[in-house]
Amino acid sequence: MRRRLRHVIRKELLQIRRDRRIMAMLIVAPLFQLFIFGYAVSLDIKHVPLVVCDRDRSAESRELVESFFRSEYFDLERRVDWPAEFDEYLTSGRALVAVYLPDDFSKRRARGETAEMQVIIDGTDMNSAGVAAGYVGALVKHHVERQMRAARVRAPVSNQPRIWYNPDLNSVNYMVPAVICTILATVMTAATALGLVREREAGTLEQLIVTPIRPIELMLGKTLPFAGIGLLDVGLIVLLARFWFGVEVAGSVPLLFLSAALFLLTTLGLGMFISTVSRTQQQAMLTAFFVIIPSVLLSGFVFPIANMPQVVQWLTYFIPLRYFVTIVRGIFLQGVGTGVLWPQFLALVVSGGAIFTLSALRFQKRLG
Amino acid sequence: MSARRVWAVMEKEILYLLRDPRSLGVTLLLPVVLLILFGYAINFDVKNIRLAVYDPDRTPTSRDLVRALTNTHYFRLVRMLESTREADEVLAAGRAQAVLIIPARFSADLAAGRPTDVQTIINGADSLTANVALGYLEAMIQEWSRRREPRARGASVTPIEPKVRIWFNEDLSSVKFITPGLVVVILMMLAALLTSQTIVREREQGTMEGLVVSPITAREIMLGKLLPYVAIALADVALVALAGRLLFHVPLRGSPALLLALLLLYLLAALGIGLLISAVARSQQVTYLIALIATLLPTILLTGFIFPVSSMPRVLQAVVQLHPATHFMVIARAISLRGAGLADLWPRALALAGLSAAILSLATAKFRKTL
Repeated sequence: MRRRLRHVIRKELLQIRRDRRIMAMLIVAPLFQLFIFGYAVSLDIKHVPLVVCDRDRSAESRELVESFFRSEYFDLERRVDWPAEFDEYLTSGRALVAVYLPDDFSKRRARGETAEMQVIIDGTDMNSAGVAAGYVGALVKHHVERQMRAARVRAPVSNQPRIWYNPDLNSVNYMVPAVICTILATVMTAATALGLVREREAGTLEQLIVTPIRPIELMLGKTLPFAGIGLLDVGLIVLLARFWFGVEVAGSVPLLFLSAALFLLTTLGLGMFISTVSRTQQQAMLTAFFVIIPSVLLSGFVFPIANMPQVVQWLTYFIPLRYFVTIVRGIFLQGVGTGVLWPQFLALVVSGGAIFTLSALRFQKRLG
Repeated sequence: MSARRVWAVMEKEILYLLRDPRSLGVTLLLPVVLLILFGYAINFDVKNIRLAVYDPDRTPTSRDLVRALTNTHYFRLVRMLESTREADEVLAAGRAQAVLIIPARFSADLAAGRPTDVQTIINGADSLTANVALGYLEAMIQEWSRRREPRARGASVTPIEPKVRIWFNEDLSSVKFITPGLVVVILMMLAALLTSQTIVREREQGTMEGLVVSPITAREIMLGKLLPYVAIALADVALVALAGRLLFHVPLRGSPALLLALLLLYLLAALGIGLLISAVARSQQVTYLIALIATLLPTILLTGFIFPVSSMPRVLQAVVQLHPATHFMVIARAISLRGAGLADLWPRALALAGLSAAILSLATAKFRKTL
């Protein structure tokens, strides 16, 4: 059995090597995703273009406006005379935020009343709009605090915030480990499914069946090389995260690999299952897409599960990727081990075992 | 070029598509499924942040502060802690995302008029949520503090109240933001992935040679193979637009004709990218991987679909200007949500036209050569 298995694996590896582009892609894909997620995935915007209409024209209003441009968050697009002009700048997209200070702004403050200012934000991109609104709030707060310090007044209660695990609130730290999850989920599932269907399309699967190779050997032989490449990718990502992005694995690296191997049961099993229900590679690819894209979106990888409607939150328990994302981030960032993560590990074992066994049975039946 | 021969190639392609109803179903359904996911299930609003509280003060005052935080839908009280050491445990296990620590002398200090500090600890691993949680905590504690402030003492510095109004997407709904972007992503995904796949499939199965030795010209093959996918792509756009309109009231404030014209321009670029991929790849497996890496991921992640281009490093911002989707993303949103016209958008439209022309001519030249 060992010898026959070795031959199937060797054949698969030869095939992967012969089409050197597959190999390149299986290596390039994680690198590419890593760099995109490392550099591009962030909601922090800076240099937001701003139009200002300062009707007050006092020393106080000027100081507040200047404090906006001293920060790196806002760039002055234009000073206008009337708020009616805001429309033009916001519609054309030349400005994202407009600020209007009414002519009684400083007078009201001098009288000890609350002064109002008007802030208009283009909500087209609701993320940027939310972030920009946060910046305006923070800058106004700083302005008031500066004045309070100057007047030697202290608020009765102040907050002393501390950030744990990722003190700079760097999105790189959050995103880079998750690339392990997306690579194994997107690339491995589809590559396995397509590889098996191609064999059937080309009619070579039948040839393999009539040889003394048993179905289980065939199956293992076709999936083990991809498992190997998947683990290789994990190693590659861990190394690059450490030496390029400076994100060190806080927990145990062997445990990380163990969880990846467990998750591979799910992805390879799913790939195998898709191959049994698909006649053509196109069908296999689209079916894989249909399963993978929603599960990536619902895994909590970018979009927090806690924000989803309750029904959808229950649904996410059926997505194995969800557990893997939690495990990878837990090990990578918080350095926790099985003591904390055992429920997720258990879920991975159960789901991976079930999916792989079911797919393997179905695969064997299709062969026999 | 003969219309009859183009039709012959098209007919064969359509037959192939019809023989595989599942694939056709997926291409038509996936966009709507994604829209519904984004509309109902996925959003960026951070709500119900899990908060644990350590309150050794245990007075009505300290409880009032806790209530002020947890009576909103921003925070949910998950646990009252017995010691500060427990903070470590609940954060590490993920049972709480933030911890509020109130000092033992909290109410005594306040009553005596001495300023006091509360401490908040936030799990920063999820930087997006942490950022929002930090903002909420700061604002809400400040607000609580202001309400307690005796008028006389704080009189020398009065607060400023920014009144924020949101235009174009008043309720900051993510589905209004996502729908136009989803059209951009779907067009790129279908056009690039499916067209490259259909050509590589012919080549992989050796049937392309049969076509080449027939009297059909390269351009006729290309047109015949691409047109059915153009139809599918447009049907998808119509479905997404309709679903967006009916289910989520996504507006189309600008000119539909202008949007359609620029959409066709963008579709040409996407088809060109599909052709280019088919020229490089020899097997469908590789085609899938290249399409995934070169088109789908960058379109989703780099063109402003979710993450703003302006938050990327400068170099990357310059590079993504070479991707047609970056320009069409801006155009699609500006026309549908802000009602912008060509007067506002001509630089983007020009860039899109230039890129489409360049990609398409490069792709046709390459396609001829590979035949």
